[in-house]
Amino acid sequence: MRKFALIAAFAVLISAPVAAQDSSPRDLDPSSMEAKQADDVTAQDPDDGPLRGTVTDDSAWQDLGIAIAAFATNDDVPTPANAQGTAALGLELSRIVYNDLRFNGLFRPVGPDALPRPRYAQITAPAWNTWRGRSAEMLVHGFVRDNGDGRLTVGCYLYDVALQTELDRAGWVVAPSEWRRAAHRCADFVYSRLSGESPFFDSRIAYIAETGPKDNRVKRLAIMDSDGANHRFITNGQSTALTPRYSPDYSRIAYLSYVDGNPRIYVYEIDSGRQTLVTQSSNPTFAPRWSPDGRSILYSMAIGGNTDIYRVSATGGGTPIRLTDSPSIEVGGSYSPDGSQIVFESDQSGSQQCYVMNANGTGQRRISFFGGRCATPEWSPRGDQIAFTHIAGDFRIAVMTPSGRNMRQLTNAWHDEGPTWAPNGRIIQFFRTERGSGDTSIWQVDLTGENERRLRTPVGASDPAWGPVLP
Amino acid sequence: MNRIIIAMTVSSALALGACNREPPEVTPPPPVDVVTTPTPTPTPTPMGPQPGTQGHFSSAMMGADTIYFDTDRYNIDGEDAAALRRQAEYMVQYTNANATVEGHADERGTRDYNLALGERRANAAKSYLVSLGVPASRLRTVSYGEERPVATASSEQAWARNRRSVTVMIGN
Repeated sequence: MRKFALIAAFAVLISAPVAAQDSSPRDLDPSSMEAKQADDVTAQDPDDGPLRGTVTDDSAWQDLGIAIAAFATNDDVPTPANAQGTAALGLELSRIVYNDLRFNGLFRPVGPDALPRPRYAQITAPAWNTWRGRSAEMLVHGFVRDNGDGRLTVGCYLYDVALQTELDRAGWVVAPSEWRRAAHRCADFVYSRLSGESPFFDSRIAYIAETGPKDNRVKRLAIMDSDGANHRFITNGQSTALTPRYSPDYSRIAYLSYVDGNPRIYVYEIDSGRQTLVTQSSNPTFAPRWSPDGRSILYSMAIGGNTDIYRVSATGGGTPIRLTDSPSIEVGGSYSPDGSQIVFESDQSGSQQCYVMNANGTGQRRISFFGGRCATPEWSPRGDQIAFTHIAGDFRIAVMTPSGRNMRQLTNAWHDEGPTWAPNGRIIQFFRTERGSGDTSIWQVDLTGENERRLRTPVGASDPAWGPVLP
Repeated sequence: MNRIIIAMTVSSALALGACNREPPEVTPPPPVDVVTTPTPTPTPTPMGPQPGTQGHFSSAMMGADTIYFDTDRYNIDGEDAAALRRQAEYMVQYTNANATVEGHADERGTRDYNLALGERRANAAKSYLVSLGVPASRLRTVSYGEERPVATASSEQAWARNRRSVTVMIGN
């Protein structure tokens, strides 16, 4: 995982405007591109607002057609990223961009398999006559080029078809093993440029892979990219694993394991494979949660049957601090993005309800008063919403403001549980359990409650935990 | 501490494996009328399990090794108390037996809360056993939350069977 951080993303700067076939001054030859390091590849001008409305203006967005053509290559050469060479890789890159931009309710993308394939020179000089009349207002072009030094450059261009102008461009230099990240970056670039929202595709998910019958289920810790690719099992299933959470820098995963026969939270280092107990205690610990700065971990611990919430340093050592002290069950907990408050659940009123407290445990107050139960609250990365499991007969994913107002149910199924936010706070993943079989699967839904879809996973899947945008 | 428990579990398994070689030292107590759940038929060998082992305990309890709870509850009702008295009598009689009290929840809860609820149930049963004279040092608890159902249907009957606390012998 640390390799990701070491391989810096590069913004492609255009050095020499070599004219391609068309002599328009905007036309640049990607072959002349040179990669230079930049601090921020998403590099959106802060003053550069959304082109049209906002995400909550859902109706205005559904019709925004985007044509995503196959990415071209300057030279079809072998690459470790694709057995058929860079030309095939270009097609795969554009398919990933297309699949990312589908399903989120904002766009109506058309993918590369339904479109003409542009030549390399056309990446910076679109054949406008080809793209007009396809009911696509926006056009995404891109290229992939083997740099000869073992790395790939991927360029991504966004055009307005009606105006026949380039809106923006971006590019990245990646190791072949991380070629998919370049496609996610391109999708993030298009998504952000058109919606004004923060990116989220270039991120990962930790979850629990489930196999076997309901009364003998095997539960393994697993990780995958936000689109389900690069799937990897981390534990072998000999002991039950539950409720993983990525550290904000992706270097560690806190999760529950029964490896010693008792439910305990371990902090697993992804690079080394080492894991340590979150706290040296013979009491059961569960429901791990990271602080936004990654320096602390919240956990729940039962002593003599009474569960309360504690905070401990994530680096190990140090004395845990008990944040709740009621004889009822206090469990879970999710920090506000600024780290100043924690939303958690308690049954001190007689049933599970959501409460907010200051990060030091003071000022505890109930926020959920809308009927039914409030469980597994998760504070949005934007800070403006809290997602939770609303239990009123069936289990549904719902959101409310941090003061407990404007409760809205986003899903409607027999048992939806455990929301986790996309890094930009616009999409929520959760897991759905089927009545009877107990089969589980990960789904996601946007804040309108529409555009619900299932994520493809190799086996059953539960307890998703979405990490931040990759560094 | 945990290593000790694991070691005990292993020795328990060894004891179970070896148990058919010797005749029982004590005849299991006769069955009682109140049977809450069917018990697996003991292996039809003339030599039964040794006292203090899980096999022996399970046969002796005839279902009284398990108590059941209402939704979200963890109180010990009259039926539970009767079962726990039999468990306590057994453990007082066979002082070589240590036990794990498992707490379980049904699938109609959220995962973390069910772990906490299982802890409550296991501890409620343990406390009752301790109040009846079983040394706390011979009892450990573990919550499995909703992870280990015995009834796999999604029905009120199945959930009622899964909201339980089970006492399991872990060695002698």
